[in-house]
Amino acid sequence: MSTSKVEVTDAPPASARPSPEPELRSDRTILIKPSSRWPHLDIGELWHYRELLQTLVWRDIVVRYKQTFLGVAWAILVPVFTATVYVIVFGKFANFPAGETPYPSLVIAGVLPMQYFASSLTGSSLSLAANLQLVTKVYFPRALLPLAAVIVPMIDFIVGLPVLIFLMWLYGTWPAGPEVLLAPAFMGLALVTALGAGFLLSALNVRYRDVRYMIPVFLQVLPLLSGVMYAVEEIPTRWQWILAFNPLTAVIAGWRWAMLDASTPDPGQTAVGVAVALVVFFGGLWIFRSSEPKFADTI
Amino acid sequence: MAVAIDVDGLSKRYRIGELQAAYGTLRESMSHAAKRVTGKEHHGGYQEIWALRDVSFELEEGKALGVIGRNGAGKSTLLKILTRITTPTEGTATIRGRVGSLLEVGTGFHPELTGRENIFLNGAILGMKRREIQAKLPEIAEFSGVERFLDTPVKRYSSGMHVRLAFSVAAHFEPEIMLVDEVLSVGDAEFQARCLGRMEDINTTGRTVVFVSHQVQAVAQLCDRVLLIDEGRIVRDGPSADVVAHYLQSATGTSSSQTWAEEEAPGDDLVRLHSVRAVRRDGETADFADVREPVGVEMTYSVLRDGPPLSGKIKVVAGGQIAFNAMDVSPRSREPAQPGDYVSTAWIPGNFLNEGLVTVDAAVCSIDSPKLHHHVSIHEAVSFHVQDPLEGDSSRGTFTGQWRGVVRPLLDWTTEEV
Repeated sequence: MSTSKVEVTDAPPASARPSPEPELRSDRTILIKPSSRWPHLDIGELWHYRELLQTLVWRDIVVRYKQTFLGVAWAILVPVFTATVYVIVFGKFANFPAGETPYPSLVIAGVLPMQYFASSLTGSSLSLAANLQLVTKVYFPRALLPLAAVIVPMIDFIVGLPVLIFLMWLYGTWPAGPEVLLAPAFMGLALVTALGAGFLLSALNVRYRDVRYMIPVFLQVLPLLSGVMYAVEEIPTRWQWILAFNPLTAVIAGWRWAMLDASTPDPGQTAVGVAVALVVFFGGLWIFRSSEPKFADTI
Repeated sequence: MAVAIDVDGLSKRYRIGELQAAYGTLRESMSHAAKRVTGKEHHGGYQEIWALRDVSFELEEGKALGVIGRNGAGKSTLLKILTRITTPTEGTATIRGRVGSLLEVGTGFHPELTGRENIFLNGAILGMKRREIQAKLPEIAEFSGVERFLDTPVKRYSSGMHVRLAFSVAAHFEPEIMLVDEVLSVGDAEFQARCLGRMEDINTTGRTVVFVSHQVQAVAQLCDRVLLIDEGRIVRDGPSADVVAHYLQSATGTSSSQTWAEEEAPGDDLVRLHSVRAVRRDGETADFADVREPVGVEMTYSVLRDGPPLSGKIKVVAGGQIAFNAMDVSPRSREPAQPGDYVSTAWIPGNFLNEGLVTVDAAVCSIDSPKLHHHVSIHEAVSFHVQDPLEGDSSRGTFTGQWRGVVRPLLDWTTEEV
């Protein structure tokens, strides 16, 4: 069974064709055909649909806290509650290693990216099934749905950021220098990882609704494997290398280094994390794009 | 004229087993895979179905094309491919111009968002630019009639308000090519009439329209040309009246003419019927008839010996009801029958039958008072389709909505100011 693709090209202006409403003339020619087994991400088409992406993001942001009493305050309360529990359980009772960094700052600096990743992964994985009506009734590049789902939690992340800044002020741990400029890059790494996994899982979820149940289990274990409540460089080196295969480890260690002047992450370990993230991203994208033509038939 | 839609050899294959597996769990799928690997289950446990097979057509810019066919004939699959919701297994389609569809009336409406927010959301989903929606917002709001509730979440709307708002967004989307699926089957009568009216507006503004429906009457009204699809293939492609008549006739198993070979001619020892036809004034066999024009039912028969006076008789059935019976009462029919070949035509006047499929039972009788003796009687001998070209001079005037009734005479109206 061949997969299919759609090509959209912008044809040259056809002045010979009169139109009842010239301003609506789009001169788009759409070629519908079954196609090669080698899908690619059509950046031009995504660009053409940028307004729809904006609208989908806007919709999810507006809807997110509708009919909640505390509204956007949840974006602060959730990481604060989570971090408080971690600080008490892991910091006070279990004495997890924190290195040079004050433990509460260390935890919040881990919880914020982790929360972002968790929301992004969940949102993007369920995005196709959640927008079933759209997928079966209208055409647009389906990649917009997981993409919108990893952009939306960025708002929560930004709203939660002052909590970290407050702790930085409280403990006087300010960024050491220009490495703070790399902080967004580490969040970008989290986004790429979440999007790649989201591509893969959302495509799977079209067919197997098991994904919905797998994700929470995975996300429960993930903070322990990413160094959210401890400093990775404090554990045995062998274990550090194993954890390096988890891109979130690189995200959190890098973020702490950039924001809290924590110890510099091992470049080799970071490179492993980035490589894994890229493999996840392109692998996920490939699977997503090759199963895309059948979404509407199977969802 | 430029070609707006060019479809070439479009085919779509579904696997039935695949459709069922869509709801399976990962575990089921893995156990199937395992069985397949270990040879306990054979591959190919599914059936293949071609929902669409080698469909080709061209549609010129500004034309309206109807697509009709029974349920499951492949109409919706064709539209799904043209709207790019699903992709073909084989073949190509080229579409020139901005495509919109009334397929997705209200698609993506979010209950938590307000009416205004949903206009923007739905508009963007349909493919409108934000500034375009902004410009049309007052118009959309007015058309929908829910202006006062624009800032109320849609979840508090009645279903009627919901549909009206959704339709008015879709109706203000102005693509060059409009794809419409069964919209007329949703909503109340008023909404349907509004849809139909809007569709006609779209027609007259020179847009290209593809209209998929099994409401053949609506298709016949809106489209110049119709494709009839059956089992995934185009079985007819032609002027709408022609194709619609053919479709309705094939649904009832009748046609506009029927002839019998010499040895099979039905009848008794007095009369043998050779053919029955529906004819136009010019003598052409008529699959369809203009509502304003007379249509004849022509019978040819042989009289084998001298006998009692004979009359042709027809029973006309329209819309599932007997419209009328009519018998030949001309002076000729009162004379005793003499051997020979005869052609007898009953003319049903123009502006009399309503639109739709008309079937006719044909008979040759003699009166044996108080009984009527049928020498030959053919149930559903012929059928034809009555069609209104909507030029405003039939008894529906310029109204284009549904027009009920078995007959539709053009009456003499007198109106005076008193």
